[in-house]
Amino acid sequence: MIYSIPFYTVIILILVGMYAMIFRRNLIKMAIGLTIVESAVNLFLVTLGYREGGVAPIYTNLPSGIKIPEGMVLPVPQALTLTSIVIGVAILALMLSLSIMIYRHYGTLDSKKVRRLKE
Amino acid sequence: MNTDWLLQHSPALIIALPLLAAFLMPVVDRISRKARNVFAIIVLIVEEILVLFLAYDVFGGNPHIYTMGAANPLTTVPAQAAVPIRIVLEVDAMGIFMAMISATVCLAAGIYSLAFIEEEKGKGKYYTLLLLILVGMLGMELTGDMFNLFVFLEVLTIACTALIAYRSNTGDAVEGAFKFLIISSIAALFVLFAIALLYAQYDLLNMAALASAIQYSNLDKIALVLLVAAFAMKCGSVPMHFWTPDAYSVAPASITAILVAASQASLYALFRVCFSLYGVTLNLSTIGGALIIFGLLSMFVGVTMALPQKDIKRLMAYHAISQTGYMLLGVGVGLYLLAKPEFSTYGIKAMEGGIFHIINHAMYKGLLFLTSGAIFYRLKTRNLNEMGGLGHSMKWTAIFFIIGALAIAGIPPFNGFASKLLIYEAAYKVSPILSIIAMLVSILTLASFVKVFHSAFMGPKIYDVEEVPKSMLAGMAVLTFVIILFGLFPGWVVGNIVHPAAQALADQAAYIQAVIGG
Amino acid sequence: MTPVVRTIAALIFPFIIIFSFYVIMHGHLTPGGGFQGGAIGASAIVMLIVAYGARNVKKKAKEESLSIFESIGGLVFVIVGIIGFVAASSFLYNFLVGEPLFGTIPPFGSNPGILNSGGILPILNIAVGMKVIGGLASVVLVMALAGGDEE
Repeated sequence: MIYSIPFYTVIILILVGMYAMIFRRNLIKMAIGLTIVESAVNLFLVTLGYREGGVAPIYTNLPSGIKIPEGMVLPVPQALTLTSIVIGVAILALMLSLSIMIYRHYGTLDSKKVRRLKE
Repeated sequence: MNTDWLLQHSPALIIALPLLAAFLMPVVDRISRKARNVFAIIVLIVEEILVLFLAYDVFGGNPHIYTMGAANPLTTVPAQAAVPIRIVLEVDAMGIFMAMISATVCLAAGIYSLAFIEEEKGKGKYYTLLLLILVGMLGMELTGDMFNLFVFLEVLTIACTALIAYRSNTGDAVEGAFKFLIISSIAALFVLFAIALLYAQYDLLNMAALASAIQYSNLDKIALVLLVAAFAMKCGSVPMHFWTPDAYSVAPASITAILVAASQASLYALFRVCFSLYGVTLNLSTIGGALIIFGLLSMFVGVTMALPQKDIKRLMAYHAISQTGYMLLGVGVGLYLLAKPEFSTYGIKAMEGGIFHIINHAMYKGLLFLTSGAIFYRLKTRNLNEMGGLGHSMKWTAIFFIIGALAIAGIPPFNGFASKLLIYEAAYKVSPILSIIAMLVSILTLASFVKVFHSAFMGPKIYDVEEVPKSMLAGMAVLTFVIILFGLFPGWVVGNIVHPAAQALADQAAYIQAVIGG
Repeated sequence: MTPVVRTIAALIFPFIIIFSFYVIMHGHLTPGGGFQGGAIGASAIVMLIVAYGARNVKKKAKEESLSIFESIGGLVFVIVGIIGFVAASSFLYNFLVGEPLFGTIPPFGSNPGILNSGGILPILNIAVGMKVIGGLASVVLVMALAGGDEE
């Protein structure tokens, strides 16, 4: 089923991202893993709103012959995705800034060596 | 500007006011140091008054509904649609109860911060972020919309992370913040995924509408597991507790007090999902049992890990985990017993205990963290072995510490006793072993705080220090006042505040009715 | 960076900013909006940082002024929301419908796009755009300054 492929992709991406976050020791790679998981969730949301042969839900210069609203994809999941992308940018910026500061204090990005707090 | 108008719009105003103040802060910060401090405190006080004003009406039996952007804020379902499509704020007794906690703790921490962070850099940003934390907490507690919950959760996460790393000149602070951020963002992605699963099936985001449409399919159960796991992670329950001591110990003490309230906002979201979204029709004993196990593990692991700690804030952080266990135990027992009709009165009682413990814990643990901050302010150390004899010079701090310690250990004249007694009583109905473990943990807590008191305040005078500045004492006094008030009149508090909140949480039908029924 | 890169960056910069304004202003008509347009605008500033180095950009745009710019965006958003219930009925109520500014009600169905429509949405888009330009640019600027080495 060709329409199931996005869902399988979501599963694979989540597994890849989780692998990076759990088994990689580099803080930057952990941030990348988090971004991959986030993209997977975003892809999931967008896929939910897709309709076969649907166009973007925008009235400006809408091609003629499109039924309203049956011919359009769902707008709400796209709005949700956009919000989650915005939040993702903020989280990523924060995480990278913290990584920079960690590198400055510890001289390494290896999570095994960044553990001054463990007693 | 009459009171009815203000009351009607106060749910939106409660969230918008600190947001407005947070964005104004960089501008006010340019004027002068004094203007910034006065502005921050005035906003926090106005916020507290607004919350109490709304709370007075909500506890009088009127849950408030507010629809953003509608021609009439009370019409949740537009004329052309069959379901709520706008963002709806739903303020019932439980939500406003949590909002009272958040506003009070933020007020105390804000007053405390005036002197506490005086020597640090970036104070304007500090207050901006403090107000944003308040926005995040209040938003989570007042909203009636799943996606809005997620957004405010992320606002809370980002603001908390930035403030945990506030003392970024030390590596520890950044490390704690990074751990907190990783755990929080994974939890938030779980929440988003669960929301997507729910949206895929019902095309709904409004909690009340979802609750009335939910079919308990397998996907719903997966979503429930994701939501419970995510919020349990965020509220610092065992087995995902390891970020708590790290983040709590490195943040400035005033922020740690707020972080306690922030984890409780997640706890609230957990309860809201279990009770209002999934409701009593699901097999409750299973979720109740899971919460009881989480609770027992948190209580026991938290307190045993606390005993050997040398760092005063780390020790208190482990106690925070253990106290979160009490709340989970109380509400878990409540869920478990509500599923059995013959025990339902005890079920409500257990939930009252758990919910009462939330407010008590926010107050006394906030107070304890503030006292630890006072010690840090004078000695610049968190290590218990380097302290001693502070009782001679810091009398007020010592008194506040004793009150907090007695309250957390559940000694009668203070508020911790009242809520713990309710939990013991109800847990006994499930199994006497639960009550015994809970009491044992309580005794261990007392032992641990006796140790702290002895090593910090007793003994010969070592350090020649003064009492901390007045504004810090005032911040602690706010929380002490609430502790003593609740300790002296537990019956009134349970009857008028906690019982409506527990009832609002347990009564799913009323929650749905408020949004889509009327 | 080499003079070629610097000159080209300086030449392209105004065009990227104009495109960013276009995306922000047409947020209620076409794909895009405050965040997307803001991200484009911030990327223009990032391009300058890459071409000229963070320290030179900082002379023109300090982090403090960028964060004030960001705050103004946030303020506009919240104030528009509050006007919604002070002047009309509820928070974020679209009180501009029917007014001369952005108040045109477009016909239902396919239309060529009327810029003067959407009520408070264009204003909110502009507010979000300001916030994103200020926020993202200051984040990248601070990170670039923290990185230290330049040129």
